[in-house]
Amino acid sequence: MDVGALDVRRYLRREMMPHILCPGCGHGIVLQALLRAVASLELDPDRVAVVAGIGCSSRLAGYVDFCTLHATHGRAPAFATGLKLARPELTVIVITGDGDGLAIGGNHLIHAARRNIDLLCLLFNNAVYGMTGGQVAPTTPQGSRATTAPQGNPEPPFDACRLMIGAGATFVARGLAYEPLTLQHLCVEGLRHPGFAFIDVLTDCPEFFGRYNRLGRGPEMLLSQKVRTTAVGPLLARKAALDGAEAPTGAALPTGVLHRETRPEFTRALMSWRQEGFP
Amino acid sequence: MSEPRLLPGNEACALGALAAGCRFYAGYPITPSSEIAETMAELLPAVGGVFVQMEDEIASLAACLGAALGGMKAMTATSGPGFSLMQEHIGFAAMAELPCVIVDVMRGGPSTGLPTLPSQADVQQARWGTHGDHPIIVLAPASVREVYDLTVRAFACAERFRTPVIVLYDAVVGHLRERVELPEQAEVVPRMRPRGPSYWPYAAPDGEVAPLAAFGDGYRFHVTGLAHDERGFPTQDPAVVAALQHRLQRKIENHRGEIVRCEQVLMDDAEVAVVAFGIAARAAREAIQRARRQGLRVGLVRPLTLWPFPDEVLSAAAGRVRALVVAEMNLGQMLREVERAVRGRTQVVPCLRADGEPVQPEEILQVLEAEVPAWM
Repeated sequence: MDVGALDVRRYLRREMMPHILCPGCGHGIVLQALLRAVASLELDPDRVAVVAGIGCSSRLAGYVDFCTLHATHGRAPAFATGLKLARPELTVIVITGDGDGLAIGGNHLIHAARRNIDLLCLLFNNAVYGMTGGQVAPTTPQGSRATTAPQGNPEPPFDACRLMIGAGATFVARGLAYEPLTLQHLCVEGLRHPGFAFIDVLTDCPEFFGRYNRLGRGPEMLLSQKVRTTAVGPLLARKAALDGAEAPTGAALPTGVLHRETRPEFTRALMSWRQEGFP
Repeated sequence: MSEPRLLPGNEACALGALAAGCRFYAGYPITPSSEIAETMAELLPAVGGVFVQMEDEIASLAACLGAALGGMKAMTATSGPGFSLMQEHIGFAAMAELPCVIVDVMRGGPSTGLPTLPSQADVQQARWGTHGDHPIIVLAPASVREVYDLTVRAFACAERFRTPVIVLYDAVVGHLRERVELPEQAEVVPRMRPRGPSYWPYAAPDGEVAPLAAFGDGYRFHVTGLAHDERGFPTQDPAVVAALQHRLQRKIENHRGEIVRCEQVLMDDAEVAVVAFGIAARAAREAIQRARRQGLRVGLVRPLTLWPFPDEVLSAAAGRVRALVVAEMNLGQMLREVERAVRGRTQVVPCLRADGEPVQPEEILQVLEAEVPAWM
């Protein structure tokens, strides 16, 4: 379905407005890309579940008119695993943030990837804990300032995509709030992928990361995504995948589909083994 | 009844769950509960159910709650250290009102404690382990057959009250093999599903619960651990939050009569009573019979429901007996509740043990022999 003229408000719970996001936050752009992907695939909203953790990005679950579960901090992949196993026919989307998914919930994220359960996991990566006021995250660049790293972050950050490839995710991509149309295509690819699909979405937090690090407001921060990254092929999906994403240290961060492989999907494997006996 | 068979408590738990309609199990191995997971892993696929071993106990209960929202009856089982990890999601289940059953096969603590040895030291954690005021139901079986029956009942209570229910027994009951006959059919309480075009998942009169739709059934709704209104949407409106808090409390408190079960043995003429649950109650049963043979009129009060605590039974007993001897395998966790319930109207004497050994009939008898004549 062509979603060029789509009014995404049809997927929003207007009674939940106003939302909690700050001016200049990129999360709304990311959500719109996801909703356009859902629309373009003509998914039945009754059959779409969004499972989220805790944090600014996870609050988006409350705003979308699907079956929505705003779970506990970092545990969304585990809740989603139970839901998907109980209702394999549902499209289950996990929304998490970099603190939620990579710090407190890292264990659940890697095991969901290892199982290759059919979920689309969107990790909103703004390099900081926004909701709690700008504390250092496992994605904060070394040297960047945060309220709990006033002299600069002494720790190196995670590369979420390399982590997920290592853990066994069968679709791994990186998208940008700066490139919503490309991000929409990545979401479509992720939703279509029969297995664990992971998208590291770089978004911005002008209020608590930009301000502390003098990176400007929303527009300047989004623009800097363009400078810091390099696309792996235009429009990504069918272009050459970068096998085992290159190390970003010093170099531009790769975006696009970074990894794709075929492995048995967990829910289907369980179901078929149940019917035919285990191999 | 089925043919008599020799069955360990942990297997009876799994069979009870299946009979009650449990079709989802997520767990993490831990002594002395692992046989429950092993039995479920073997039996669930054959009945169309799902078994999954998760990465930890936090994820185990999370997966159960996800499955509960998918419309399944779900269970997990663990022991002390895992039970500690599950507290986060016991709170979520209580707040979001998601039915589930959590089995805690108690071992010695604190921390890693005594992994293979029994205790009854999770009584207060089962009630207050998660933060915030919250409703909970805790059932305490004392025999293999009762593990089966109370596991079935746990699912019934979980559905009826949309709440997490904890089945609490110790390593001895879990590993004990007893000859049991199981009923041909168990009480199966189906999930109350909504009807009609619109659905508010938390719209219920005070002290009651709303039906619970499953994701995918055609109702799009929101579930959160945040304080929420009747539609499930977050709110900080004091009046709405107060109504939610009170309803969560009263849905259990207003139905104490329906929930609370407490066995009384030889209490008609008792001058002294032993209060004990689980395996300690079996030692107590032996102790009171021996005491009777010595001419001491002793009875037994045995809570099958630890939470809500059977205050009414203890309060009534306090008016009739000269003393209550509380025998338990911890340093006085139920003792506090007995003292609270009797409000100083009778003496409360502890008979406690927390060394990894089951409490013995002789110990209880010694307390009775030493103390009872002084009260006569």
